[in-house]
Amino acid sequence: MLRRGGTVFLQQREASVFIVAVLLVLYFGFISSAHTSFFTENNIANVADATAPYALIAVGEVFLLICGEIDLSVGFVWTLSPFLMFFFNAYYHFPLFLAIVAALICGALIGLINGLLVVVLRLPSFVATLGTSFVIYGFALTTSAAQEKSLPAGAGAVGKWFGGYIWAEILWCVAVVIIAQIILNRTRWGLHTIAVGGNLVGASEAGISVARIKLGNFMATGLFGALAGILEAFRVGTIDPSAGGYTPMFYAVAAAVIGGTALAGGSGTVIGAFVGMLVLAILQDGFNLLGISSNPYLIILGIAIVAAMVANVYLTRLRRAGRS
Amino acid sequence: MTTDTPGPGPVDVRQDGQPVTDVLRAEHISKSFGAVTALRDVNLRLGRGEVLGLLGDNGAGKSTLLKILCGFQPPDSGRILLNGEPVVLRSPTHARSLGIDVVYQDLALINELSVFHNMYLNREYTRGPLLNNRAMRRAAQDHLRDMGVNIPSVDVEVAKLSGGQRQGIAVARSVYSDAKILLLDEPLAAMGVKEGALILNLVRDLKERGEVSIIIIAHNYGQVLEVCDRVNLLQQGEITYDKASAETSVEELTDIVVAEYRAAMEARQNGR
Repeated sequence: MLRRGGTVFLQQREASVFIVAVLLVLYFGFISSAHTSFFTENNIANVADATAPYALIAVGEVFLLICGEIDLSVGFVWTLSPFLMFFFNAYYHFPLFLAIVAALICGALIGLINGLLVVVLRLPSFVATLGTSFVIYGFALTTSAAQEKSLPAGAGAVGKWFGGYIWAEILWCVAVVIIAQIILNRTRWGLHTIAVGGNLVGASEAGISVARIKLGNFMATGLFGALAGILEAFRVGTIDPSAGGYTPMFYAVAAAVIGGTALAGGSGTVIGAFVGMLVLAILQDGFNLLGISSNPYLIILGIAIVAAMVANVYLTRLRRAGRS
Repeated sequence: MTTDTPGPGPVDVRQDGQPVTDVLRAEHISKSFGAVTALRDVNLRLGRGEVLGLLGDNGAGKSTLLKILCGFQPPDSGRILLNGEPVVLRSPTHARSLGIDVVYQDLALINELSVFHNMYLNREYTRGPLLNNRAMRRAAQDHLRDMGVNIPSVDVEVAKLSGGQRQGIAVARSVYSDAKILLLDEPLAAMGVKEGALILNLVRDLKERGEVSIIIIAHNYGQVLEVCDRVNLLQQGEITYDKASAETSVEELTDIVVAEYRAAMEARQNGR
């Protein structure tokens, strides 16, 4: 019984990363010399902040990876979106909430442009979004003159809800992750996303609009990039042109892969990507608490990604081994 | 179904005296890919409840014709009539909404998805915004049992199944989707004898029920003649032969194909 339960658990894509997360929490929280400071509110908030925006981006990347695409530019949507919010608010006199909504819509529109380059002009998404990365970044730097902007004065409740409140960012993230996982596993959109990545020709022969699925997932990724940027701006308390960039995107893709999403498309999990990002955040935080330089963290991160790929390949083989 | 409004096409009379209108007609269909002419002025008709065998060698244009009939590709010229009415098939979804469904040679199954999700791909049962997995699972089980397709569980990924099982699922998927016209592309290609017999039995069952009209695309004449009412031979993009199965034989069909092959060889040799 226990063994059977164990097998069922191991057959879940998220299994390996979940085990790693638990082990890390046990180590840093109870065994290591830093255990006294691990479960403090401050430290948990640190881990949450180091997880939330990246996991938000990872949600979009998971859907894109599953349907066979990738978005390299989403980190620059993160850079641009709080500036757009600022411009809408300061220059076009949008109330703050509407300025945020407008910036989010712009994020989705940038995703739409990425998607159109891929779907209509048939560029590989790697190349298309590499190009748009520079355009978006250049746009952010040009319009802001590469200067920091301060947040709108009197942001009040809206500012609190969009990142000012200490747990706001992780709450947004968890809400998005849960809804996205339901969309992936329990709706036609999720099923069709898997179908497009699993068998592109088969999916279109079944009458699924491949273009619609891909465009939608690019738009969602842009939207989440914009949300992450705005949340981070309110959390940090300033609009910084050096925020975002390629790094968040790479963390997000790393988290997705560690969590059990196949780079080749056709399968993946949002929860897995969230736990994957949590693992990276806990690792970074734990090293910090132990007073280890953040430099070897990169070595661990790299090894973790490769090890996760190996584990995924192995577990996939285990799942396919016909234990049904 | 009403007999007083026959389409513009010719009306045949069946042995029992009932007039039969064509459910599907293709008129003067042509299709080229660059310099390659895949189809040249093809005319094809399918009677109600009829099983038509569309035979031809590899590269004769069978699959191209099929893709045109199911809305996957538009023809360069010519028109398609459905129950006597001209239609322009905009997409497979559109064709399917008109009752034309197809089982492709490459099966169009998604390896990563379960059997029941594949069975209901793009026509999922839903409850509000969510998939109704329980209903799909149960219906898939019932349908596959009716057909005699044996699989361990409808929850397994189709990647784990044999070629015959996959074909069975693909055929079952179309049959149970309320298709009125079913296009089967090489349905016996990946099959063992036993699994092939299963599919042929299914076609026979469907013919007896008379609710669907079927075009079977194949190159195995013997197996197809068994279940077809009529056969058409497609050679180098043209339909060169159209006879009732009862009036032909495997030998005759083979002779025609061999004769064509010899003629082509001779033409090539003379050209040198």
